[in-house]
Amino acid sequence: MNPSDILLRGTDITRRWGGLVALNKVSLALERGTVHAVIGTNGAGKSTLINILSGEIPPSEGRVELLGQDVTQWTQPRRARAGLGRSYQRNTIYPTFTVFENCRLAAQANHQKPWSFWASAQRCDASTTIAHAVAERSGLATMLDRSAGLLSHGQKRQLEIAMCLATQPKVLLLDEPLAGMGAEETERMLAMLQELKTDHAILLVEHDMDAVFRIADQVTVMVNGTVIATDTPANVRTNPQVRIAYLGEH
Amino acid sequence: MNQFRYLFVFLVFAGLAVFPFFSGQYGVDLATKIMVMALFALSLELLVGGTGLVCFGHAAFFGIGAYATVLLSPSDGPGSVLWLLVASVLAAALYALVVGALSLRTKGVYFIMVTLAFAQMAYYVVHDTPLGGGTDGIYLLMKPVLGDVLDLDKANALYGFTLACLAASFGFLALLGRSRFGRALAGIRVNEQRMRATGFSTYPYKLAAFVISGAMAGLAGFLFAVKDGTVNPELISWHLSGEVLIMIILGGIGHLRGALIGAFAFALLQEFFKSEVVFGEFAKHWHLGLGLTIIASVALLPRGLVGVPAQIRERLLGVSSAKGGDDESV
Repeated sequence: MNPSDILLRGTDITRRWGGLVALNKVSLALERGTVHAVIGTNGAGKSTLINILSGEIPPSEGRVELLGQDVTQWTQPRRARAGLGRSYQRNTIYPTFTVFENCRLAAQANHQKPWSFWASAQRCDASTTIAHAVAERSGLATMLDRSAGLLSHGQKRQLEIAMCLATQPKVLLLDEPLAGMGAEETERMLAMLQELKTDHAILLVEHDMDAVFRIADQVTVMVNGTVIATDTPANVRTNPQVRIAYLGEH
Repeated sequence: MNQFRYLFVFLVFAGLAVFPFFSGQYGVDLATKIMVMALFALSLELLVGGTGLVCFGHAAFFGIGAYATVLLSPSDGPGSVLWLLVASVLAAALYALVVGALSLRTKGVYFIMVTLAFAQMAYYVVHDTPLGGGTDGIYLLMKPVLGDVLDLDKANALYGFTLACLAASFGFLALLGRSRFGRALAGIRVNEQRMRATGFSTYPYKLAAFVISGAMAGLAGFLFAVKDGTVNPELISWHLSGEVLIMIILGGIGHLRGALIGAFAFALLQEFFKSEVVFGEFAKHWHLGLGLTIIASVALLPRGLVGVPAQIRERLLGVSSAKGGDDESV
């Protein structure tokens, strides 16, 4: 494996909340062109892991490297500008803005120029071009003028991904993008992820096991804040430890 | 609807421009005072409506602008408009920079309380030290001039100058609202967490908004000191911070014209309830009437006076006009 293809690496990440160890020496590496799924029961530490990788909360110990650089001390916005995009488990769009403005504002993150107060943001060609492109790519091109809060649940999830893409990230951390989606919407989202993974490294936290095993190239299984296996989907399925801890109910 | 908003704002400013030709001295005085308060309300609207930061100590910047004007005026003749204006705006901006840098590390109710605390701190500095004449305040002996061009001692000149400041500030905030900076502030108001995840360092944005807002409040303070010719600690008190908040709530948060409408509505209501012609003896209890009216209007008009046309339309036609998002700022 060519090390330059590892776009994001977490090493021995530990997070304690008081006496509770939410994450215990978790290590993982995301490779360009792959979907790396993280599965685990509720409370296994999946969301905490995403929050630490994206810089929303600092780790108690361990380090995070983005594109070969140590970014452990970097703030979340700085990591985002360096190419780390994330989506949230619950919708975190701008519900009162139009779909287009949601995408455009996200794209503006790479073209901020806050001092150009005389120029309308709608004339910021760089961000409007990207906004149109990502809306097209995520199937929202026909509803650009709609208020984002009025979209269906599935459309909001699509918008969430579109906003993520608008920042032109190299690494995508997706927290349950399929949650609450219908069969058709799930198919569309999986097709999109399949297409996205060619030029991104994707971390996918997801409860829909069928989807995970269909799309993931690597699966990391977490139990109580600890990684118990990282392997290909086929091997994870047959791993006895995983079967006992997690897939037993499957 | 868009054209109507701009038309409305245009008509307001056009009306204010011709107003002195039709009104007496009292009217010009009152309108000047209201325009100063409208400018003050506009400055707060940038924070509350534009950025989602509820500042409950905004009178500090207003008061510091006013005190700076008086304290920096020379005692042996009229000061220069240019120098005093710049100095008072800078003084307010500087205090806003300090207050903002510290208070923006908190959120929600804590932010409200910290901004209040900083304003009270400024209040007690002028209230309890001889610096600004203590509780009595101090007088501005000579009103500033700008060479031979402008003499702010003349009521009509001050009126015109205040109107120009108000219009320029309104135009500046309208530009700001549609710019990338303004859109980023709107994003912070709606969903700051998302803004950070997207790559916006939100703290400098909020601090910049806070300083711009404080500076503009300082400008209003400068005009107030010149208008009134006196300053006292009441200009920094939390009553005034509350009043200006009520103005923008009354007018309708989220719209610049809401601040204008709110300031005028508030001042006119105040005049009305203070009027002995209407209320006779009861006029000295004007707080009661004003308070009840404000409670009633907030309960009946949740979107403020700005939202009244839309509310009537919905009532009459039964259609919701809540489409297209809140991309309008004017």
